[in-house]
Amino acid sequence: MLDNRFEKNILTTTVDSLFNWARRSSLWPMTFGLACCAIEMISGAQSRWDFAERFGMLYRASPRQSDLMIVAGTVTYKMAPLVYQLYEQMPDPKWVISMGACANFGGPFDTYATLQGVDRVIPVDVYVSGCPPTPEGLISGILELQNRVIKYDTIAKQQGPIAAQNLRLQERREAGLKQVVSIRQAGPAAHTMLVKDPTGERYVSTLRGGAERPRLGSGEE
Amino acid sequence: MTGKAGAPQAEAPREPAIVTDLRTRFPDSIEGLSNFRGQLTIRVRNEAIGAVCRYLRDAADWRFDMLADLCGVDMLRLRAAPRFDVIYHLYSVAHNRRLRLKAAVDEWGSIESVTPIWPGANWQEREAYDMFGIVFDGHPDLRRILLPDDWHEYPLRKDIVQEGDRLEADRWLSRQGIPVRLTE
Repeated sequence: MLDNRFEKNILTTTVDSLFNWARRSSLWPMTFGLACCAIEMISGAQSRWDFAERFGMLYRASPRQSDLMIVAGTVTYKMAPLVYQLYEQMPDPKWVISMGACANFGGPFDTYATLQGVDRVIPVDVYVSGCPPTPEGLISGILELQNRVIKYDTIAKQQGPIAAQNLRLQERREAGLKQVVSIRQAGPAAHTMLVKDPTGERYVSTLRGGAERPRLGSGEE
Repeated sequence: MTGKAGAPQAEAPREPAIVTDLRTRFPDSIEGLSNFRGQLTIRVRNEAIGAVCRYLRDAADWRFDMLADLCGVDMLRLRAAPRFDVIYHLYSVAHNRRLRLKAAVDEWGSIESVTPIWPGANWQEREAYDMFGIVFDGHPDLRRILLPDDWHEYPLRKDIVQEGDRLEADRWLSRQGIPVRLTE
């Protein structure tokens, strides 16, 4: 019995170590750029800095073949659902680097259109500061992430995959993310802010403080 | 804005020919004009903008065949009413001449679309609608152009703060099925 457990433990830790090493050494980022940070990311992958080849990173054009998302640039509200969908399409285990001031907290764009930090919609593992960060900064973030990948896997090795899963869920909760019920609107998107009032007889504006006004083309002018 | 200032005898000789022509053809439609550093601006009555634009494009003397720009302006706190201005920058390739038209729009009013006259006005008017809520009658496809279709505010209105309504924006994200941390 002791032999069995011993053998099993050795086998398990070996596989985990192997996976651990493989994951850390071949982070495959998704080809995905949103703004000027993407230029630094691209130039970092080219021959001068060459982190793609040196760290075993290979840019993949599909989220389903990637385990790292580098959010490089400004995330607008209109783009946020797409970022979230791409993140959800990536297979576990997956990691996220938030690159630059915009992705970290909105950056200079304290405006109506800009999401104030991509961590509002997806969990972020490493934040890289800068506007934009230099390729060296991004490389530093990637090395930091590699350390994190080892840490993540060490817990899986010590406590089992379920514990690791729970840890990841806990991290998500700590990041303030919670599942909300999807309230998708039926049919095509409502035309701007003119919606039918509860009686269904007329159109009213949902703009706060706005006066009522008939909808164009509804024949109710 | 010297349209109805006194001393018409002194002003008439300096009035550009295009203004005289417009006054003749569209009486009561020219609400004012200004000339700043040689840039002529004619303020046109809201209801007349379509007819005036069509005439300026087609008349052999003017041939303003290009709409260089169209934009909206929120005049909140700059005047009592009406709330918005729509500004048209015209250019005549044949005569190498520029002209600026302005027309006022009420907050919940509308103005005739010039897209049937210059097809290039299509997206410009959609942007003015997107940012200010100015409605263009007769526009073939008046949808928001930059923001999502069911966005909750017209962000360039002066009574909208720069960062907009973050709570409503987060609710919009929730409606897309995104688990989002709501703004406190």
